[in-house]
Amino acid sequence: MLGKLSWNAIPFDQPIPLIAAAIVGLALVGVLVWIVAAGHLPYVWREWVTSVDHKRIGVMYCLLALVMLFRGGIDAVMMRSQQALAFHAEGYLPPEHYNQVFSAHGTIMIFFAAMPFVIGLMNIVVPLQLGIRDVAFPTLNSVSFWLTATGAALVNISLVLGEFARTGWLPFPPLSGIQYSPGVGVDYYLWAVQISGVGTLLTGINFTTTILKMRAPGMNYLRMPVFCWTALATNLLIVAAFPVLTATLAMLTLDRYLGFHFFTNEAGGNVMMFMNLIWAWGHPEVYILVLPAFGVFSSVIPAFSCKPLFGYRSMVIATMFICIVSFMVWLHHFFTMGAGPSVNAAFGIATSIIAVGTGVKIYNWLFTLYGGRLRFDVPMLWSLGFIITFMIGGMTGVLLAVPPVDFLLHNSMFLVAHFHNVIIGGVLFGAFAGLTFWFPKAFGFRLHEGWGKAAFWFTLAGFYVTFMPLYVAGLEGMTRRLQHYDVAAWRPWVLIAGLGMAVTVVGGICFVVQFVVSIRRREQLRDTTGDPWDGRTLEWSTSSPPPAFNFAVLPKVEGEDAYWIMKQRARDSGQLRAEPRYHEIEMPRNSPTGFVCAFFATVMGFALIWHIWWMVILGILGAWATFVVFAWRDVPEYVIPAEEVARIDRANRSHRREALAAEGAAT
Amino acid sequence: MRYPPRSVICLLALGAGLLLAGCGNGVLNPQGPVGAAERTILLNSLAIMLAIVIPTTIATLAFAWWFRASNPRAQYRPDWSYSGRVELVVWSIPTLVILFLGGIIWIGSHQLDPATPLDPQRKPLEVQAVSLDWKWLFIYPEQGIATVNQLTVPAGQPVHFTLTSASVMNAFFLPQLGSMIYTMNGMATQLHLQADREGAFNGLSAHFSGDGFPGMRFTMNAVTPDVFQAWVTATKRDGPTLDRAGYEALAQPSMNVKPAAYRSVDPKLFHAIVTQEVPPSPGPQTGKPSPDVKPK
Repeated sequence: MLGKLSWNAIPFDQPIPLIAAAIVGLALVGVLVWIVAAGHLPYVWREWVTSVDHKRIGVMYCLLALVMLFRGGIDAVMMRSQQALAFHAEGYLPPEHYNQVFSAHGTIMIFFAAMPFVIGLMNIVVPLQLGIRDVAFPTLNSVSFWLTATGAALVNISLVLGEFARTGWLPFPPLSGIQYSPGVGVDYYLWAVQISGVGTLLTGINFTTTILKMRAPGMNYLRMPVFCWTALATNLLIVAAFPVLTATLAMLTLDRYLGFHFFTNEAGGNVMMFMNLIWAWGHPEVYILVLPAFGVFSSVIPAFSCKPLFGYRSMVIATMFICIVSFMVWLHHFFTMGAGPSVNAAFGIATSIIAVGTGVKIYNWLFTLYGGRLRFDVPMLWSLGFIITFMIGGMTGVLLAVPPVDFLLHNSMFLVAHFHNVIIGGVLFGAFAGLTFWFPKAFGFRLHEGWGKAAFWFTLAGFYVTFMPLYVAGLEGMTRRLQHYDVAAWRPWVLIAGLGMAVTVVGGICFVVQFVVSIRRREQLRDTTGDPWDGRTLEWSTSSPPPAFNFAVLPKVEGEDAYWIMKQRARDSGQLRAEPRYHEIEMPRNSPTGFVCAFFATVMGFALIWHIWWMVILGILGAWATFVVFAWRDVPEYVIPAEEVARIDRANRSHRREALAAEGAAT
Repeated sequence: MRYPPRSVICLLALGAGLLLAGCGNGVLNPQGPVGAAERTILLNSLAIMLAIVIPTTIATLAFAWWFRASNPRAQYRPDWSYSGRVELVVWSIPTLVILFLGGIIWIGSHQLDPATPLDPQRKPLEVQAVSLDWKWLFIYPEQGIATVNQLTVPAGQPVHFTLTSASVMNAFFLPQLGSMIYTMNGMATQLHLQADREGAFNGLSAHFSGDGFPGMRFTMNAVTPDVFQAWVTATKRDGPTLDRAGYEALAQPSMNVKPAAYRSVDPKLFHAIVTQEVPPSPGPQTGKPSPDVKPK
């Protein structure tokens, strides 16, 4: 009846996951009870859960990312403290638990923190920067989000029922095959990543379509903000790479569930094929994450330098160059497999060629600073911190691209330090810069400056103190994923890294405090005009938060930095452009399709993990029926009358007129 | 708002760390020709890139400082966003660096191919290495002996490793000798290394392989040829022998295994493992929900 599920599945003998699960569960139940008791349930359901508004979905993506960042961060603290203790000792995490912790850390951080974060930012910003009212397929967008949430939920269920994978964030066979990992851990990994991967693929299709087909009048390709270009590159990469991931994991699933032999030791299975396939997705994935971050910096640095981005065309070329070349480098993840020297050299050279594209970008940001009038607000601090940090990470990356060097440092702590250097220094700093930059756009008030700066400095310092020593530990021959060790030379570096982790935690606390303080003082931090940073692109031309329809009248784009041109015109003439004629606007109706679909997907995934076959059928049928109901719907979209549009837009125009007058009086 | 050159300090700290690492037992203190050549490439590549990265870091900090909004002496150029000459330089610098590095990559990859013998004139010592759950088995086919978690080789003579795995993937790595390489079931990889002088060097597995992975450590003793001969003779004198049944017992999972030696070994054992004539070893077979979970 319940497949493999029984009381044995609950780890009564391991207090740590049980307590963690209890805390997570209580927090979740607490929030739900509060929502229901305070009567917020209809609001949450109507305005958030069933919303197909790209801004709302973007906010939910970012919230999911922050929660999962917290969860993955706890794993990181456990790993650092375990290694700090486990010198000539067992530490407090036995191997079977430690191995789950590092596997969960990587899986969560990549799939459920970094990915939702960049997709969330793209959701909030891309339609606004393109000057349009929503993405191409709004309901599909909601499905994407909820399927990602399904994956995150499955990973967290593994805390209390069964176990998570102990095979690393990429499940290399034969270790991940049924023979060597008979538990449910790898199955949790497979179904969580598979289901959220479908969501990501749908996002890729949605945004590629949106960017290619739905831009404001006059916005040709060479007037698109660089963030939209990087979003385009990322979503093209998603469309090209995620099917590879899906197929690869499907083959591993067939091996585990139906006794196939794609990647087994026996019967003609080939583990090297898995390595090739998973990295054919895995390397583009790195650029899927970092390209939107590059786009954030390309938005933030010009805004706070008060001048346009330097070398716009170079930036576009470099972005698309990275997008293409990132598909030709996957073999550098396993130079030590013993391929011939020419193969290794070809992939090594291809890898370092990517550095040309990133190098050009760094110089363009640098020359954007040149001749500027720099304001060091929090988003700008993250951006400057990024430039320096990412250069170090890029440099060690190119070092690892040299096969003879990789022969020494592959799978070492040096590698661990390198990819944290680029993912924290690149993706996470970019996400934080974007979050602080666009927060007032999404919520109508800025984040508190002082706590934001404290969070920045502690996180930056914590990052350096954690990962610079790990570079040295790697040079000392320390390999990754060690539950315990007995080499005295590694110890000091591991201890310093533990200290750095503590500093990073302080940064994280400042980050949380920043939110609490900002929400409490939101009236002082209110952004009335919709343009709190003297921005340059179209998202700042509408109110904060934008109305459901984003723009009362679609903006007419006359060049790069479309809003800057409009604003300069207003500044020169001393008045806003004449009030447009307002028309009624048709917007997509809210739909529970995404939530219901994901609910059944969660049921299906859980049932597949535990071999509860009747429940699998129930899940599939439910998800299918949801799709059919949505596809055959005959309710019309809803219409916002012209008077309502006029009322909302006039309110914003009056704030802008006041701001313009105040500015004119000041100069 | 000041921007302290924190990263410069960190680079200096990293540099100090590099110096310290140079005296330790890591890859910056190599004890053989492969490791030494790889370290040279590492340092050269690092120097080439630092020649660009350090000035760029300084320029970033300098620009950020000089062009701060509160500096009245900085010239504000609100529309400066294109310069053909700057663009040319911007594309040329990374391209030239990568061209240079590309040459190093191509030549270095060919010179340091792990499968190529170090010195065609000299006969290497043959060693067959098998990664087991979770220990290393070393077979000396010419001497007819075998060891577990210890390796003794003559210093100054090349060693030819042929490597495979009894079950899951591992990576064979002696940080002070150079080049690591994967071990995989059903196939053999090749590696040539040499220790230039006597000493005891750390060896380990560098690819995660399950619960006992951290304990897959061994010591490689590089000794004089005479001592090596004496060690072989002594090993052949007594101790257990390793036949197929003994191997299957050894291949059962065990952690933190003490070094051991066998006075004789089935000469076809390695071949049998690579060709899967001996089936892949069963592995740990544990997982949640235990105990009823068993592989099919």
